[in-house]
Amino acid sequence: MNTLPAGELLELFLHFLTLSLLSIGGAMSTAPEMHRYFVTERGWLGDADFTTAVALAQAAPGPNVLFVPVLGFQAAGLPGAAAALVGILLPSTLLSLGVSRWGASRRDTALVRAFTAGLAPITVGLVFATGWLLALPFVGDPAHRNGALVLIALTALVTLRTKLAPIWMIAAGAVLGAAGLA
Amino acid sequence: MSPSAQGPGALADAPKRPASPFALFVAFSLLALQGFGGVLAVAQRELVDRRGWLSRAEFIELYSIAQMLPGPNVVNLSLMIGDRYFGWRGALAAITGMLLAPFLIVIALAASHERLAEFPAVAGALRGMGAVAAGLILAMAVKMLGTLRGNLLGPWLCALLGLGALVAIAVLRLPLAWIVIGLGVLGWGLARWRIAILDARAARPEDAS
Repeated sequence: MNTLPAGELLELFLHFLTLSLLSIGGAMSTAPEMHRYFVTERGWLGDADFTTAVALAQAAPGPNVLFVPVLGFQAAGLPGAAAALVGILLPSTLLSLGVSRWGASRRDTALVRAFTAGLAPITVGLVFATGWLLALPFVGDPAHRNGALVLIALTALVTLRTKLAPIWMIAAGAVLGAAGLA
Repeated sequence: MSPSAQGPGALADAPKRPASPFALFVAFSLLALQGFGGVLAVAQRELVDRRGWLSRAEFIELYSIAQMLPGPNVVNLSLMIGDRYFGWRGALAAITGMLLAPFLIVIALAASHERLAEFPAVAGALRGMGAVAAGLILAMAVKMLGTLRGNLLGPWLCALLGLGALVAIAVLRLPLAWIVIGLGVLGWGLARWRIAILDARAARPEDAS
């Protein structure tokens, strides 16, 4: 963990403010630009630090956007983490709030109805794609393929047929994985 | 319930609603803490299937808007749900719930991960949790399919747009922003065209046999 002078911390914050409005589809879509800024341009982090930040955010509970404060933390400790998180979220959040209210007040107009109807099938396609991409590392790993595929199928079945809270399935997955069964 | 207590466009179809912004904060904290490998499927499960605060169709509608906008999709989704129940206080409560506890955990991990990664059981546990996360998302996608039945685009155009998005991401690996904007504008235009046709039919009922 490092620290940065206040001037550089402010620059980091301002950089994330501008990235926020470019992060259509989630903060991960701006990850290549963050890599360029932190590793190549500023030299605050190495390649391995960057990969670790993404992996930690995926292993921890919560939204994947949390890789952004981990980058800030690695570069500048807790102030860096806070500056990165607030910076990446503030502009997009204010814009989303405005657009959401604007759309909600016009939800019966033809344009807004067309927007929600036209986007719904794309959303469903993207969720299938996300499931596929999350499952892919297991399909390509012969040592753990069968156990993982059974676990994926069982999870899907239990989710569709019961109201069991996800945390119990995740806990079961962690226990089976730690025991080397998945 | 006075109208001023609700945000704009309060959700109408859902059977229940959160009691207070604090209830939103607690609910979003709990679902975020269950969100290993992504929060979306857990949010759908907790908010729609278990708490009944949104219908499936409302969830898809809000999520469709959330992913078109800049910013993390689940954060945008949290803020929209919070805003519709309790205005900006609800939006703040939902976002804070979604982020605060996971933020503290991930920073604690970042400060200590080098010692944890040495244990093979930790790597195995993470792998098992990843597989469960994949299963949760696939089940959610299957559930979402049912909500397309009433879509005004009809089954063929829905299949075209949905499969287009699936192939573009999973096979072609195109950037998400291109897909959401490119296919989104196409879907929007197609739906606007269908509405014009349906409205024209409704205006001339003698043509509809």
